[in-house]
Amino acid sequence: MSWVGSAVPRVEDPALLSGKGRFVDDLQVPNMLHAAVVRSPYAHARVRGIDKGAALALPGVHAVLTYEDLPEPFRESRLLLLVPNPAIRYPVTYYTLAKDEVCFAGEAVAFVIADDRYIAEDAAELVDIDYEPLPMASDCRAALAPGAAVAHADRPDNIAADFPIAYGDIDAAFAGAAHVFTESIFAHRGGGHAIECRGIVAAHDPVGDNMTLWVNTQSPHMLRDVYAKMMGVSESRIRVIAPADVGGGFGPKGMYYQEHFCAAAAARLLGRPVKWIEDRRENFLSTYQERDQHWDVEVAVDAEGRLRGVRGSLIHDAGAYLPWGIITPFISATTVPGPYVLPAYHMNLTVVFTNKVATTPVRGAGRPQAAFVMERLMDRIARELDLDPVEVRRRNFIQPEQMPYSVGLVFRDGSPVVYDSGDYPACQEKAIALADYESFRERQAEARQAGRYIGIGLGSYVEGTGLGPFEGVSVKVEMSGKVAVQTGAAPQGQGHQTMLAQIVADQLGVKPEDIAVTPGDTGGVGIGIGTFASRITANAGPSAQLAATGVREKLVRAAAHLLEAAEADLDVADGRVFIKGVPDHGKTFAEIATFANGMPGFSLPGGVTPGLDETAYFTPERSTYANGAHVVEVEVDIETGAVTILRYSTAHDCGAMINPKMVDGQVLGGVAHGVGNALFEWMRYDDDAQPQTVSFGEYLIPMATDVPRVDQVHIQTPTPLNPLGVKGAGEGGTIPAIAAIAAAVEDALSPFGVHITQTPVTPPYILERLDAAKRTESLG
Amino acid sequence: MGERRDITLTVNGASVSRDVEVRWTLVDFLRHELELTGTHVGCEHGVCGACTVLIDGRSARSCLMLAVQADGHEVTTVEGLSPAEGLSPLQQAFVDNHGLQCGYCTPGILCTLTEFLETNPDPSEEEIRIALSGNLCRCTGYQGIVDAALAYARSNKGSAE
Amino acid sequence: MKPAPFSYHRPESIAEAVAMMADLDDAKILAGGQSLMAMMNFRYLAPDHIVDINRIPELTEIREEGNTIRFGAMVRQRDAADSPIVQARCPLLIEALSLVGHMQTRNRGTVGGSLSHLDPSAEMPAVFSALDAVLHVSSACGEREIPIGEWALGFMMPNLEPDELLIGITALCWPVGHGYAFLEMARRHGDFALAGAAALMTLSGDGTIERVAVALTGVDTGPVRLEEMEAVLVGRKPDRALFADAAKAAESVAGIEDVHASRDYRRRLAVVYTRRALTLAHERAAQGRP
Repeated sequence: MSWVGSAVPRVEDPALLSGKGRFVDDLQVPNMLHAAVVRSPYAHARVRGIDKGAALALPGVHAVLTYEDLPEPFRESRLLLLVPNPAIRYPVTYYTLAKDEVCFAGEAVAFVIADDRYIAEDAAELVDIDYEPLPMASDCRAALAPGAAVAHADRPDNIAADFPIAYGDIDAAFAGAAHVFTESIFAHRGGGHAIECRGIVAAHDPVGDNMTLWVNTQSPHMLRDVYAKMMGVSESRIRVIAPADVGGGFGPKGMYYQEHFCAAAAARLLGRPVKWIEDRRENFLSTYQERDQHWDVEVAVDAEGRLRGVRGSLIHDAGAYLPWGIITPFISATTVPGPYVLPAYHMNLTVVFTNKVATTPVRGAGRPQAAFVMERLMDRIARELDLDPVEVRRRNFIQPEQMPYSVGLVFRDGSPVVYDSGDYPACQEKAIALADYESFRERQAEARQAGRYIGIGLGSYVEGTGLGPFEGVSVKVEMSGKVAVQTGAAPQGQGHQTMLAQIVADQLGVKPEDIAVTPGDTGGVGIGIGTFASRITANAGPSAQLAATGVREKLVRAAAHLLEAAEADLDVADGRVFIKGVPDHGKTFAEIATFANGMPGFSLPGGVTPGLDETAYFTPERSTYANGAHVVEVEVDIETGAVTILRYSTAHDCGAMINPKMVDGQVLGGVAHGVGNALFEWMRYDDDAQPQTVSFGEYLIPMATDVPRVDQVHIQTPTPLNPLGVKGAGEGGTIPAIAAIAAAVEDALSPFGVHITQTPVTPPYILERLDAAKRTESLG
Repeated sequence: MGERRDITLTVNGASVSRDVEVRWTLVDFLRHELELTGTHVGCEHGVCGACTVLIDGRSARSCLMLAVQADGHEVTTVEGLSPAEGLSPLQQAFVDNHGLQCGYCTPGILCTLTEFLETNPDPSEEEIRIALSGNLCRCTGYQGIVDAALAYARSNKGSAE
Repeated sequence: MKPAPFSYHRPESIAEAVAMMADLDDAKILAGGQSLMAMMNFRYLAPDHIVDINRIPELTEIREEGNTIRFGAMVRQRDAADSPIVQARCPLLIEALSLVGHMQTRNRGTVGGSLSHLDPSAEMPAVFSALDAVLHVSSACGEREIPIGEWALGFMMPNLEPDELLIGITALCWPVGHGYAFLEMARRHGDFALAGAAALMTLSGDGTIERVAVALTGVDTGPVRLEEMEAVLVGRKPDRALFADAAKAAESVAGIEDVHASRDYRRRLAVVYTRRALTLAHERAAQGRP
């Protein structure tokens, strides 16, 4: 039987269920000290002076680091900007600690190291910083006005980047249109908000000048490489280990942060390991978010509702710095065409600095906003042309026979965006069948008779997943006979260990639970990229298959010598290699590994290579595109604006599935995040750019009572771009959720003519829209 | 050095005596002093539920209690809910129903469900969801957790009949 | 998010507790800790002294005294909900408690703690307002009784001197079979209410309203009792129009504003929930009428 494709129990679960998980804050390194961060209370200020005296005088305090105390390379260089882009006018990132200007409330200014965290926090309160408050940029649209306060004191304006993304003849598309519809959309996107906050333990070995960083990161190699570059030292001096267990990532943990470099600097300076664990308030203040986008768009259609073109502008709130460049708005703008044939497209992007924490990708990475925009346009077309929303989409879907389909867009590496495979119409059909869409209007009419307002909404999406360049995997049969797998890819709950074990198990004829998978260690695999963009299964998966195939060949070759048999006559199963049909006549993995690992003075026979290990780096030619459709049924209380999700149906196509249960789990979790984005999550700042939602009581992430049961159906359209046929599954659950939920709310309120153009769709917003619709009604 | 006090309490069935700083939260004491790191810290303001433990059999936020307040009481953590070998039936139900992903919220959820399913052995899905509303999970969308609780309750009911 | 240093005190009687409160400067009472501990972890509060009243047996009793129930201030919300006395005499409190936080916070949180913390959106103050409660407060100088209407002096500011301790609450029971309702709008289950209403009602033999009490939460610094509206309703024959009309009285509440909702939105909710609570209380009163 094949392990790949079956819902095997996760190898991660037993330890996590019995309290034996190993998360970063669980690490106790001997002689370790604890850090707390002094953060700017101002959104924008000049730092005139820092008095550390009182803090240093507190018993138990070992050091208070400020910019001046950092190693020279950290003073000379800001954190490196990942993914530079020529469109960026001012490629500014953080200093390890603020130099002389703070640009958001929460920016790290000093790093206090003490015997324990309690004392470190006591001392942090005693660090006396003299700030000169400066005018600040809060709302990203206001920040574009002439004469607006600037987020960085030495800049003439707040424009971080300003450029178009376009293809086709947009003017002709609009000139010949039967109808043109305009929408103004505000899409707020919350953050990642993993239940485990960020953290690091840094330990420096002064003898070899080696640095070890245990970080709950999605990208250990990236952090290693950036640290090495900034310090000007060899990568081999730095080992970054993502602990066996990381408590959720969702994007923000993919980045490197001020505190990572602070902790490393402190450990080096003090000659003792230093632990810093972010607390929840710090998470709201300093962990990167996604936040605000304002879209002004218009769509041109023909008389039948077929798309001719979409054009408009996108203003994206970047926050104070650009640690990941402008990737989020870039992805947003390039996701708009989605599953539809869109002949012409022109979007002007303006990325704006504000005095808020930086924005970088969160699960979905700018795509939920794009899907929201496109699906709002689809619903608008349906309403204006009096068509069923399903029918409008049917008329516009890219057809399966058009695959591979070149969208017209250019990817970030300059290559054309080409959808590799997928059946978008079939996906929608499956979703609406699952949702019992056909009978909905009847149910809706009955409900309205009873004074209840229920509505249905849908949304489809296409998501570029599995982007390269690679993610390496090493497979080794040890002399103990055990199979060890190492990968640079760091998991945060997705089940990478299980997924890789399933793939390797199939090649080596062992059970997944007998394979030890060690992910996320730069000491295990030389180079790596990271866990984001739903890329691990499509990158590390094929690498694991290639590496395991190589090890299998080595096993068979070595066993052929030991058994004096032809390789073609051998079989591999249950941890042994044996003569086909004669299971008793064989050698165990341990025996073969011992042989292949050699004995002093005994030459290996011809053809037998030393050891039973293999490292592979599968390199996909380009991204593979997953897709899906969601259908949501809601009820709206027209007196309070409360929304209840009654039913949620998804059809999802991530190609071949390694572990269907884990794919289900990814979709479910994604939907929950999408429900949060659609109805609850809103990181608020006031006019002074002061954050207003810095606790879980103020920033609302959905509870078990808010997330509906989700009915799922899967289509498997294998991608031709990798040997497993797999696409990414991590983000698809989130991407169309906002669009579908907003549409359902709008549909529920259709008797009043309510139009939803904002997310999150909060109860007060719903009442506002109801009022506005009633006003329009009375005017008409 | 802050004010300290001697406390004696029962943790997972064993008596423990320690000299603690009075301002230590119970969760910090469990994790850092007793090295029971199965209980996690998620928000330190009583909303996320990751630090949920059982105090005298009742679920409670260990970030909203001082260690010194546990003096004389009985504390059960996820380690105390776990058999020496293998998994408990409730834990196994989580494996079977994909009730966890990153596993960070899981110990708190197990403590919550332990109390809930003792007081309400045959719950509806809605009752389970309400009971779980004090534990935030960002990975699973809760469905696997709800299904695990339902499956556990069903199997108990089956074995009781 | 770790508490600043403090001295810890653990009195074992009310007398000992109030003596401590008289002696100590900058002391805070630690009851269930479900709000105070969070505020201390955030260092929004950093008192010099913590007086932990979790080991005073006299504060944990629930007693039926004639037509009233007396709650010790340290009665845990969970124990109040489980109490047969409360279940029999005060179903309004049971209904409200199911909306107070979550199982884990009710296991620790106390009735008196919630009243003393006095979050403007908390359920307990509105419930006890509808129940015409009297609060018993003790200090080294003696005891005083404070009607619930005089309890809230301002935003999260109860009528308590720094050396005083809330020791108990006496709630007036309504006749067996009375109608009751506690309904609220919260963003998520267990969150503080954006607005909510507690209603109690009895009917006369002819079906007219004999007695009614309505108190709101989430719309002012303290609970708001709609006494004028109650007076209008007494003696009237209930129907939808009557409740819809009467509930408009709630429009005049002050309203509070925060990141979740505006003043206007809360005022609208106040009207909606007043009407809904009246309607449900009436339904139940009609069912319970002998």
